[in-house]
Amino acid sequence: MKCLITGGNVKVLGKAVHSLSRIGDELYLEPLKDGLSLRTVNSSRSAYACFLFAPLFFQQYQAASPGQDLLRCKILMKAFLSVFRSLAIVEKSVEKCCISLSGSHSHLVVQLHCKYGVKKTHNLSFQDCESLQAVFDPASCPHLLRTPARVLAEAVLSFPLALTEVTLGIGRGRRVILRSYQEEEADSTSKAMVTETSIGDEDFQQLHAPEGIAVTFCLKEFRGLLSFAESANLPLTIHFDVPGRPVIFTIEDSLLDAHFVLATLLEQDSCSQGPCSPKPHHQPVPQKQAHSTPHLDDFTSDDIDCYMIAMETTGGNEGSGAQPSTSLPPVSLASHDLAPTSEEEAEPSTVPGTPPPKKFRSLFFGSILAPVHSPQGPNPVLAEDSDGEG
Amino acid sequence: MKFRAKIVDLACLNHFTRVSNMIAKLAKTCTLRISPEKLNFILCDKLASGGVSMWCELEQENFFSEFQMEGVSEENNEIYLELTSENLSRALKTAQNSRALKIKLTNKHFPCLTVSVELQVSSSSSSRIVVHDIPIKVLPRRLWKDLQEPSIPDCDVSICLPALKMMKSVVEKMRNISNQLVIEANLKGELNLKIETELVCVTTHFKDLENPLLPSDSVSQNRHPEDMAKVHIDIKKLLQFLAGQQVTPTKAVCNIVNNRTVHFDLLLEDVSLQYFIPALS
Repeated sequence: MKCLITGGNVKVLGKAVHSLSRIGDELYLEPLKDGLSLRTVNSSRSAYACFLFAPLFFQQYQAASPGQDLLRCKILMKAFLSVFRSLAIVEKSVEKCCISLSGSHSHLVVQLHCKYGVKKTHNLSFQDCESLQAVFDPASCPHLLRTPARVLAEAVLSFPLALTEVTLGIGRGRRVILRSYQEEEADSTSKAMVTETSIGDEDFQQLHAPEGIAVTFCLKEFRGLLSFAESANLPLTIHFDVPGRPVIFTIEDSLLDAHFVLATLLEQDSCSQGPCSPKPHHQPVPQKQAHSTPHLDDFTSDDIDCYMIAMETTGGNEGSGAQPSTSLPPVSLASHDLAPTSEEEAEPSTVPGTPPPKKFRSLFFGSILAPVHSPQGPNPVLAEDSDGEG
Repeated sequence: MKFRAKIVDLACLNHFTRVSNMIAKLAKTCTLRISPEKLNFILCDKLASGGVSMWCELEQENFFSEFQMEGVSEENNEIYLELTSENLSRALKTAQNSRALKIKLTNKHFPCLTVSVELQVSSSSSSRIVVHDIPIKVLPRRLWKDLQEPSIPDCDVSICLPALKMMKSVVEKMRNISNQLVIEANLKGELNLKIETELVCVTTHFKDLENPLLPSDSVSQNRHPEDMAKVHIDIKKLLQFLAGQQVTPTKAVCNIVNNRTVHFDLLLEDVSLQYFIPALS
């Protein structure tokens, strides 16, 4: 395997690795026919990210030496990130970057050719592994938003850096709303500030979503992709569905593709944020502002079945790259049905009679394996709130 | 109870933001008192703040183009709210390039101060709207008596402060050596900051400072000009006060009551700030 990247593309690769590092601790590297794929998933399996760099991105691209199997490996994210730790230095002094396998195939060699003849060689140890793949299909999501990344990046500036979750929705007057999400506190004394920013639909290149729809996802993980998209000056497309179904962010360019799939919160309690709140108010409810600043309180989220993204680890999915896996549809469909029941067994908090807490644990990637290939059985993983991992 | 106000002037907005940033540095939680003419930021929680108290006052018509309020009742036409200061300064931070800022008292699931900002983003034709709901606690009338304007004590020495930034860097270094500090001044324009430990004694002398004229019947008339009035205080409290000052004040006076209190009286353009640090017992 040999990939040679030159000029400004080295920084692009570095930025991509930085985005990926916000999600997971392990980088899955796979040189495919379609290009070099870099993927990661977070430990609670509620976020998945994938970058695919087309062969044109490289000055030289060879997925595998003739007669050799395609490499499928995973590397410690920290180790790979350390190569591109300082993007400013990468931009200033690195002229070429070469990624290859060491002669003995024991190490992944990343060599940076810098100015003044300086060569930095990083030998990264890796583990052979199965291909990391998430089953998702942007085309199956009914709702779509498309906007230059800059618009969302500016909107997200109003939120504190520490904020974990954010709700994205469509409000009255077809305005796109981003709102900080706070879990309901038992005691009302320590409430946190709620920030909501609304963007007019003229800032969106495409907006196919009904008023009232809203999904909540992890902001920290989203920021990773947003900063990449903003620096690459590319439009960002958001595919989403009902709350509970994952939200898919995509960036597409002739040289690269990026997909970030994040789990969304399953709204159990549709009345808690609604205007139909049964709590008596101590003061008369003030009239809403004259101009349309719709609040997500107006939305009613449907009570829906639990959906999840099926994490598939299979061997031999050559050529499918980041494309949604089409080779095992029957298995995937079955897994969707299986999911709710297996989740209920596995999740200790779902005690009969108690409403499940509003957490991302209602979504998880189960590992759905074709029986032949599975080294271990299906492993429903509780998707804990991922802010510890971001 | 009702409150709504609007700022449209950018300079007023920036000034208000600066005041809010300063309050956020001086007090984690503070009380906002809204009355028909003024807004006050008050810290009077003796126990929690270790005796420090703060009174910041601004005339509402210097800031707001629109200001409407209705207090708790006709006789008590005031509103006292408790809030986390940082929330307000964070909300105002997003308003830097805004066309208009509106503040209202609302009740969305819980009582809050809603700060709504209309931003004009150069890259787009439409305006962006950002709304912040700051949770507040409405304070009942029985607590109001503890939150009144502090009476200015008769001080022994009154002296104008040297450059606050310089004072801050001196006190910052002293903090590494000692937890306590003595601040002393006399009527000859001299101010000293002293720390003393077993190993070392450090004093910084500021000279040629002005002593503002005091009313003729004040205590200090009988003082020998060179006598120092001093107070032993917690250095962290002084540092917190100095760290909150981001801009050079129009006026900065320090009044010392010997062994009792040091009182800082600042004027930042048209906003007045009083800060009291008690002597260590």
